Amino acid sequence: MTWLRDMARLMVGQPPYEAYLAHMARHHPEATPMTAVQFFRNRENARFSGAGGGKCC
Amino acid sequence: MTGEPDLKHIPWIILALVGAACLAVLAVSRGEPINALWIVVAAVSTFLVAYRSYALFIARHVMGLDGARATPAITRGDGLDYVPTDRRVLFGHHFAAIAGAGPLVGPVLAAQMGYLPGTLWIICGVVLAGAVQDFMVLFISMRRDGKSLGELVRMEMGPVAGTIALAGAFLIMVIILAVLALIVVRALAESPWGTFTVAATIPLALIMGAYTRWIRPGRVGEVSILGFIGLILAIVYGQAIAASPVWGPLFTFTPGQLCWILIGYGALASLLPVWLLLAPRDYLSTFLKIGAITALAVGIVVMAPPLRMPPLTQFVGGGGPAWSGALFPFLFITIACGAVSGFHALIASGTTPKLIATETDAPFIGYGAMLMEAFVAIMALVGASILDPGIYFAMNSPAAVLGTDAASAAHAVTAMGFPVSADLLLQTARDVGEHTIVSRTGGAPTLAVAMAEIFSHVAGGTAMKAFWYHFAILFEALFILTAVDAGTRAGRFMLQDLIGLAVPSFRAGTSFLPGVVATGLCVASWGFFLYQGVTDPLGGVNTLWPVFGISNQMLAAVALMLSTAVLFRMKQQRYAWVTALPTAWLLVCTLGAGGLKLLSGDPAVGFLAHAAKFGAAIDAGTVLAPARSMAQMEAIVFNDRVDAGLCALFLAVVVSLMFFTARTCLAALREDRPTVNEAPARMVPAS
Repeated sequence: MTWLRDMARLMVGQPPYEAYLAHMARHHPEATPMTAVQFFRNRENARFSGAGGGKCC
Repeated sequence: MTGEPDLKHIPWIILALVGAACLAVLAVSRGEPINALWIVVAAVSTFLVAYRSYALFIARHVMGLDGARATPAITRGDGLDYVPTDRRVLFGHHFAAIAGAGPLVGPVLAAQMGYLPGTLWIICGVVLAGAVQDFMVLFISMRRDGKSLGELVRMEMGPVAGTIALAGAFLIMVIILAVLALIVVRALAESPWGTFTVAATIPLALIMGAYTRWIRPGRVGEVSILGFIGLILAIVYGQAIAASPVWGPLFTFTPGQLCWILIGYGALASLLPVWLLLAPRDYLSTFLKIGAITALAVGIVVMAPPLRMPPLTQFVGGGGPAWSGALFPFLFITIACGAVSGFHALIASGTTPKLIATETDAPFIGYGAMLMEAFVAIMALVGASILDPGIYFAMNSPAAVLGTDAASAAHAVTAMGFPVSADLLLQTARDVGEHTIVSRTGGAPTLAVAMAEIFSHVAGGTAMKAFWYHFAILFEALFILTAVDAGTRAGRFMLQDLIGLAVPSFRAGTSFLPGVVATGLCVASWGFFLYQGVTDPLGGVNTLWPVFGISNQMLAAVALMLSTAVLFRMKQQRYAWVTALPTAWLLVCTLGAGGLKLLSGDPAVGFLAHAAKFGAAIDAGTVLAPARSMAQMEAIVFNDRVDAGLCALFLAVVVSLMFFTARTCLAALREDRPTVNEAPARMVPAS
């Protein structure tokens, strides 16, 4: 049932943190990944900052 | 090849027969009221069969989707914007992004022609046009690193076409924000209970914002549950607040006051930090939206209500009170979202293509989520059609037609041929806890009465109707307002980028002042149309909704023209009819409707004819109803000219893009090989 939780979070613009960690570990092992809270803030800002944001009518 | 390959088709054939049978029942029943479930089953079985057959045909033969070809989520994966995502998760994300107020309001307004035209247009429109558009744009963007619609048009049809499409998209955004805000104004005007519950979401969001900022960062589920409890308390205590002699008047606003409150709020919300207001409001509105839509579906199936609206009304030929114009072409722009919505092209070329894990998920996400939105539209149409037609027309006709009290409204609606008593109108208002339901235009209050009817049937009985009505109003107002906030913010960044082309210091992130200026410009643009709608003696929805519908369908035509051009450049022109036929239909509807709005000699339809009629009256020194003064007369003429100019602009956008499409297709035909600008194909890496 984790997909339901993931779905609810992605609906409000929050992709899974685990996937981000996995990506960083695999492709950028030398870099320090963002913490869970930094990741959350980063995605929060990304959702509403830019001309591409917004929703449908 | 014995038996087995055939067996798997049997359930689909049965489903197709069930759908055809339900449609046949809908088409032939006259006189006897029929059950709403006929519509629901007809729609659902048609959608499933279309998904299984037409979407797969497009995927395999038209697009040539390839499961081995890496998507942007793989090739550019960064764990942030580009993340391969489970198809069910992505479906939910995409659906939540495309479904908004449009599929709820349009079908309610369309019900003035009876339930049949709207039902057939939603079912046929989504299968052949709307879902095809979303799916094609998703495909095109997915093959080009998840680029946006404007960039896609520029890549495939040239820089001029791209700039025209972008400017068109900004105009459409302005109109959408204005019409959405207008619906909120109409729903909350003179309703202290509704206004209090919606106002309560602001302090609630601030508390939630503080919670996710300092107390438990990142706990979306937790804070949403807290917020939901707060919402329910606001609805429950809203009744006492509205009845209080002290607090009631404080939350009672005229449409004009609400208009200025919304304009101020939109500006403020776009400048505040997102974590404080926008993000927490987004949680509440998104989850409430999904929950309420699910509950509505369950409620309709449990209640299985009969349809009380006739299949066709006398307004098919035009002259309806909720919006003017005849079935063709105006029904097809009144129901935009739900059947085909151009705005989806912006979403399908936004975050979704960057998250898709494999190309073969695209039909489920692109085509499937749009079918789901059409199902929402069907539910809204059912909602409007289970109401007594007398109540429906008393709520959706302008005050200029109905007068101001229940007696005059009952008289006017009965004269239209829908007998209704003043007592019933008063009783319905009392049941839902409002002073009056007369002329509550905009669609949202009508849907709220219908939802109260359905929900109270399932839970709580008549005593709970007032609660459910205000729950429905809150649900609609909340996600509309979230769209207005987020849209204003997006519009602000669009403008900053646009002005930044000429004045680089104007770009986002440089300093505070450009943000304020761009926000002011954006709010002033939609505020202008909102103010015009609010002060329009005919109620505003009458004027603004068609302009919105035309603009939205024109964007759809633009997206489908892009799709057609891409098919030609892929050398797949033998399948170009898949997008060319819906393009042609939308062009006929929008150019027809836009042309009529501009040039029709009937003052009820044509903006210029209306301006001429009122202009002549001004010259003669007379005041025409519904205006009450010379100043109002002049405002009407000015507004008509602005609306006419806007229609002309939309027509120009579409006609010029038609030219670019034709040019692109002809150029592609002369080539002997594909000329598309897809990102280089890379295979999915073995993991």
